[in-house]
Amino acid sequence: MLLIPCPFCGDRDETEFAYGGDAGTERPADPGAATDEAWTDYLCFHDNPKGPHREFWFHRDGCRRWLTVERDTHTHELGAVRLSRP
Amino acid sequence: MAAMQRYSIFSLLRGALSGHRGWQPAWRAPEPKSSYDVVIVGGGGHGLATAYYLARNHGIANVAVLERGWIGGGNTGRNTTIVRSNYLLPENQRFYEHSLKLWEGLSRDLNYNVMFSPRGVINVFHTDAQRDYWIRRHNGMRYAGIDAELLTRSDLARLVPALDLSPAIRHPIVGGVIQPRGGVARHDAVAWGYARAADALGVDIIQDCEVTGIDIQAGRVTGLQTSRGPIGAGRVGLAVAGHSSRLVEMAGIRLPIETHLLTATVSEPVKPFMDKVVSVAAAHVYVSQTDKGEVLIGGTLDGYNSWSQRGSPARLEDILSAACEYFPRVSRLRQLRHWAGVMDMSMDGSPIIARLPVEGLAMTGGWCYGGFKATPASGWCLAWTLANDAPHALNAPFSLERFRTGAVLDENGAGPVAWGH
Ligand SMILES: Cc1cc2nc3c(=O)[nH]c(=O)nc-3n(C[C@H](O)[C@H](O)[C@H](O)COP(=O)(O)OP(=O)(O)OC[C@H]3O[C@@H](n4cnc5c(N)ncnc54)[C@H](O)[C@@H]3O)c2cc1C
Ligand SMILES: [Zn+2]
Repeated sequence: MLLIPCPFCGDRDETEFAYGGDAGTERPADPGAATDEAWTDYLCFHDNPKGPHREFWFHRDGCRRWLTVERDTHTHELGAVRLSRP
Repeated sequence: MAAMQRYSIFSLLRGALSGHRGWQPAWRAPEPKSSYDVVIVGGGGHGLATAYYLARNHGIANVAVLERGWIGGGNTGRNTTIVRSNYLLPENQRFYEHSLKLWEGLSRDLNYNVMFSPRGVINVFHTDAQRDYWIRRHNGMRYAGIDAELLTRSDLARLVPALDLSPAIRHPIVGGVIQPRGGVARHDAVAWGYARAADALGVDIIQDCEVTGIDIQAGRVTGLQTSRGPIGAGRVGLAVAGHSSRLVEMAGIRLPIETHLLTATVSEPVKPFMDKVVSVAAAHVYVSQTDKGEVLIGGTLDGYNSWSQRGSPARLEDILSAACEYFPRVSRLRQLRHWAGVMDMSMDGSPIIARLPVEGLAMTGGWCYGGFKATPASGWCLAWTLANDAPHALNAPFSLERFRTGAVLDENGAGPVAWGH
C-alpha cells in the first residue's frame, strides 16, 4: 500500500488517489498544429522504466489537487511530491 | 538425440510396474551453441509455443529459447488460466477462436496432458446497459460462428448454485452469458508440454540465461548478449510479457506499453462446489475452482505502473470482498497465497504480434491480462511471422504501426490509457 505525502493533507492511502500516469508527457500546446507523430507520442508512447518514475496522482478524496510524484516502480519508494500546477 | 518418450496409458502402467525408474527428463539441458537460425527470448508459454510451431509448422528447428529464470516461471505460472474467445471485434474473434481451436487439440498434439477443461466461462451482469452490451457482444460472436448463450437468473441458479442471486445485495445479478467451450487449463503443463514437444523436434531450451543486449548491424539483428555469453541469431523473436519494453529498448525501440500489476489469490482446497468460471461485471472479480479444490480468485490491476510483483493489499481487499459478496460461502475459507504478475498493458488493450523496425526482429507482447488463452495462437502467429518475414492474416491487425495509423483495436473503448483496459 502506498502512503502518498500530499503537501496539503499529509500521508494518505493510495486508495484516496486516482493515478494519472507518466508526468513526462507534454500535451502539444497547439493541438491543430501538432503532427500526427507528435499526438501519437503524447497519447501512446510513454516512459515505462523499471526504477525512478515521475507520475501524476490526483488527490480525489482529499484536496482534489494534481500532484507530481517521484516513485520507484520497482521498490515503490517515494521521492519528491509537489503540486503539478503551483 | 534420443526419441521422445511418448506418454500413454501403457507407458504409465509400465512406469507403475517398474517403480517409476524409467522416466527420462522431459527436455534436455544443452549448452548454448554459438548461433542459431532463430532465437526466442522468454521461456513462458508464448516463447515455447513459438519455438514448437517454428519446428513443426515451418521446419525451422535450429532454434533456441532463452529463459532468464526457469521456464513457465513468469506470468504463465502466475495466471488464473481462463481460456475463452468471447470478443466483440472481428480481429480479436478470429485470433482468439483460432487459439481456442488449438487448445481443443493441444493435449493430443503435444502428447502432454495440458488439462484443458472446457467447463464454460460465464459473465454475469447487473444493469440493463450491461445486459445490452453483453447481448451485443455475444450476438457478434454467434454471427462469427462462435458459441455463446444468454443466461437467465434461473439458468444461473442451476449452473452456479454458489452464486448469490438474491435481490438484496448491493448490485443484484440480473442475468448472464456463457461461452460453453471456454474453460481453464493447467498453466505449468502448457509450458512443459510445449517445451517437451519443441525439444523433441530439436529446439534447445536454455534456462538461467538472461538476455542483456541485442546486437544490430546495418539495421539487422545479428545476435544477443546474454549472461551465458553472446549467441548469434539469424532472427530473434521476443516473448517476454511484462518485460517487453525493456527488451525492445535494447534495440532502441519504444512501445505503446506500460507495465502494471495484476493480483490473484487462492484459498485452501475444499470439496468441489463450482464447475464453471464466473466473472462478475460489477466487482471486477472472477472465480473458479481448481482441480485441487482451491478457490482461485482474480481481479483488476493495481492501477499504477509497477514492476514489484507484490500486489497492493488495497486491491486484494477489493477482490476478496467482492468474492465474499457474490459467493458468500467463500468468506469462511482461508487464503493460502496471493501474488501478482507484471502485465504488459498496451494502449488499446490488444496485443502486438509483429515485426519490429529492425530487420529480423519480431515480438509477441502487450498481452494485458488475457494472454494465457492466447498462448497457442500467439506462438503459431509469431512462428509464421519469423519464418515468412511477414505477418499471417490472423496477426496482421496486431501491428505496431496501428498506434500511428489509428487502426487501434480497443475492445473496451477505453482510449489510450494503459491501465483502463
Ligand atoms: C494474476 C494474473 C492472472 C491472469 N489471468 C489470466 C487468465 O485468466 N487468462 C488469460 O488468458 N491470461 C491471464 N493472465 C495473463 C497471462 O498470464 C499472460 O498474458 C501470459 O501468461 C503471458 O505469457 P508469456 O509466455 O508471454 O509470458 P511469461 O510466462 O511471463 O514468460 C516471459 C518470460 O520471459 C522471461 N524473460 C524476461 N526478461 C528476460 C530476459 N531479459 N532474458 C531472458 N528471459 C527473459 C521471463 O523470465 C518469463 O519467464 C494473467 C496474468 C496474471 C499476472
Ligand atoms: Zn491532498
